[in-house]
Amino acid sequence: MSSAVFSTSAATGRPFVFEEEAEPEVRSLASASRASLDRTAPSTPLSAGEGGCPHISQQMPEKRGVQESAIARVLQSTIKNQQSKIPPASVTPASRLAIRPAPEMVSSGVPAIDALTGGLPRGCLSEICGPASSGRTTLLLAALAAATRRGEFCAVVDASDALDPRSASAAGVELDRLLWVRCGASSTQEKNSPQRHRGEEKGFFENPEDRIQSRSTNQSEQRLEKVLRATDLLLESGGFGLIALDLGDLPSQAARRIPLTTWFRFRRAVEHTPTILLALEQQAIAGSCSSLLLQLGKPGDELKASIAQDNRLFDADNAGESAAKACPEPVEGRQKNAAHGPSTALRVNSSRGLDAEEGEAPEGRKKVCRGERSAHPAHAQLLTGLNITAELIRSRVERKPARSVTFESKTAWAG
Amino acid sequence: MPFACIYVPNFPVAAAVRAEPELKARAAAILEGKPPLENIFAVNEKAHRMGITPGMTKAQAELCAEPALRPRSALQESAAHAALLDCAQSFSPCVEDTACNTVLLDLSGLESLFGSLPEISRALSHRATTLGLETNVAVASNPDTAMLAARGWCGAGTLARAGVAVIPTGEEAERLGPLPVEVLFADHLEGEEKKSAERLLETLERWGIRSLRALAALPEVALSERLGQEGLHLQNLARGAASRTLVPVEVPLVFEEAVELEHPIVLLEPLAFLLNRLLEQICARLGSRALSTRELRLTLELENFSSSNQQSKTTNQQFRRTLRLPLPMLDAKVFLKLLQLDLNAHPPGAPIAKIHLAAEPARPRSAQGGLFLPPTPEPEKLELTLARIAGMVGENKVGALELLDTHHPEGFRMQRFVVEASRKNSVARALMPANSNHAEEKSAVTALRRFRPPLRADVTLENGQPVYLVCPKKDMQGRVLWRAGPWCFSGDWWEREAWSRDEWDIALKNDALQHGETVVLYRIVHDLLGGGWFVEGTYD
Repeated sequence: MSSAVFSTSAATGRPFVFEEEAEPEVRSLASASRASLDRTAPSTPLSAGEGGCPHISQQMPEKRGVQESAIARVLQSTIKNQQSKIPPASVTPASRLAIRPAPEMVSSGVPAIDALTGGLPRGCLSEICGPASSGRTTLLLAALAAATRRGEFCAVVDASDALDPRSASAAGVELDRLLWVRCGASSTQEKNSPQRHRGEEKGFFENPEDRIQSRSTNQSEQRLEKVLRATDLLLESGGFGLIALDLGDLPSQAARRIPLTTWFRFRRAVEHTPTILLALEQQAIAGSCSSLLLQLGKPGDELKASIAQDNRLFDADNAGESAAKACPEPVEGRQKNAAHGPSTALRVNSSRGLDAEEGEAPEGRKKVCRGERSAHPAHAQLLTGLNITAELIRSRVERKPARSVTFESKTAWAG
Repeated sequence: MPFACIYVPNFPVAAAVRAEPELKARAAAILEGKPPLENIFAVNEKAHRMGITPGMTKAQAELCAEPALRPRSALQESAAHAALLDCAQSFSPCVEDTACNTVLLDLSGLESLFGSLPEISRALSHRATTLGLETNVAVASNPDTAMLAARGWCGAGTLARAGVAVIPTGEEAERLGPLPVEVLFADHLEGEEKKSAERLLETLERWGIRSLRALAALPEVALSERLGQEGLHLQNLARGAASRTLVPVEVPLVFEEAVELEHPIVLLEPLAFLLNRLLEQICARLGSRALSTRELRLTLELENFSSSNQQSKTTNQQFRRTLRLPLPMLDAKVFLKLLQLDLNAHPPGAPIAKIHLAAEPARPRSAQGGLFLPPTPEPEKLELTLARIAGMVGENKVGALELLDTHHPEGFRMQRFVVEASRKNSVARALMPANSNHAEEKSAVTALRRFRPPLRADVTLENGQPVYLVCPKKDMQGRVLWRAGPWCFSGDWWEREAWSRDEWDIALKNDALQHGETVVLYRIVHDLLGGGWFVEGTYD
């Protein structure tokens, strides 16, 4: 009803003017009151004799008509003046909204992931989730390596102090371009300090149980708070090409306590900047705030099948059979199964027991042969890498992007 | 050859006002002497209007009104004098340090840099104002004329106002004529000089000579007979005809500011207020010399100091903090925030009686951005961010990584994260052809996620190989499906911190989890020296 439109816009101060709707119909006060009276009591016509309003019914019709027209003219002119002051189209129809430009995509460092997702979007929040040993950190390090190779500065906000510098270096991350924020509980420097060793003769590791008892129950919450505040500060600082939020070892229950408003804030902070905000977690927790969601493989039957196959090879080595040197290939079966769900497979390199010691030693590791172990083919197996399966759950580029891809990671010392 | 003189009228008050700008709006007086025998040494214009004059006792001054009485501070005056020299040095390399409140500088050749002589004068005055000093600036063809003109703007007394004067060549005598004869002598002379000046002024007063014009008109011979060579020299000065060469001084690059407090400070908030003032002054001085700083040294003198509770570097009753910056910076707000964060982390622990702040000068960083370079964090913002994060997570827990030349599993150390150091690399990289980046790309490398500290575990062995693992901390318990190893490592055997261990890579079927079994790849370690098994990390 046009009168309703008029009253609403007047109340809020914003005229709701649409294409089909012309100027609102305006009626005089008397006619409006009469109409309202008609609506409220349609079945009880009022009259002077029945106790109705005597002023309305007793007025002369000509005089009343003149007054109504005068009031209507005044109101019309007032409304026109008001409408001329207010911009007519305060609410833009959804059909006229500008299309949000597609984000710039940059390489994630893994060609298979780039083929799947188009890369990582700048100015957006991306999530990589998956259980332990699913390849999340491998993908993170690859992305960091690619970013630092581009000359960008990166930051890792590490909730559990889990980053391994050797792995990062082996992945190609330029360490002087990487800012590492360690929000974990322990400190490596303290652990390796000579004072500690002087006071403790047991060995180079300390007993963690002692610390566990002294930890408060809300330690993970405090750590989470530190992580979020550090991320906030880094986003505010700006200038980073990639900021990674590593919540990979945080329990899902704790990670789910991050309010959605925090993710909205992160998304808004990173928007219109060239920064990639990458969150690493066990389960997707950012909801619709993330522009890209990658679910990495769950090590399950595939891994077990691979292990069983490898164990057979291992037994065959022990029995003196011919060695199967090549790793169990990233078999097609696995890739076919990948369509049914994400998976991770273990790749091992088997060789003929102690003979393999005469071969080249892996970089950074020395092989020691001891008398009591000589009977066991200790170095017959070598972890050469993982087959990582990634499934694209959400992407801004595609509406229903349910696809997956498998790629191989290589162990740093595996040549 | 033009010369300029920068003169600070009423220097003791100006030094106090520079340290405490609120005094500008109040009646202020500077006290000299040891309590309780303190006398008024200098007053500002408002105090003078109230009837406070130099020489009054403190009690007399307090009877007149309620002026702001401040003790004379040698630290403040030396800082103001250094600021005055900085102001002059920022325009000309040839500067004479004539007196604590007067500097002379040679302006020859500066027109092409700073414009005409009136423009240079105004720029000098403006620069001095930014350094917290209200000055009189005069430019003349000889140094003494410039000095007299600067001193005599409103007389040599206490009631001076900032102003600029340019005296054209040939008009010296005419322009200096109305000035009183007192301008011939410097302010606050001491000892024999003061007595001699007073005797000469008394003589001139007796003769009825009150202005420089009258002195210049005296016959030279008669003046020489009565006052000797000194009288002739004064007459030459009054005529603007004296000529001499400047004695340039090499000003040391020392940037220090200090403030002594009447009442000790116990809270960090008022301390921050004072630090802000000192930092602004230091930054203004550094800026006038086109310098930045990489190191700020804060020294706080404490009251009732007890050294037993302190862990910081302390000497006697002093608390010292040094703020080292990765890059030369010149931003007082950033410095203040950094000092605040540092003092929050390391509080002085006792009331503060005196603040001393020094800056180590450094060349400002020169960086040229490029259209095709990737974005980099702004150094000032980044430093603040890092300081804030360090305050939150700990000082040694934020920074860049540096791998050490060792096989120790934790063979790395944290170092300061510096943006500027690797900017050159990015420039070189940006100049490289695009294909070369692709050539560098490697395949993904399996990463290890470490548990810090490693988790103690119980491992069951069979034929020397792990077959079952229990780690209650992480809910790890299960059969080892696959294993690789051992990889034997040892090192530092020549040190007390020797280490030796066997590493295994295992795939564990975890039965401890309630929501179904999971297979995870772990690295487990057998500590050969200390004994025991540990889970060091997971391959992910």
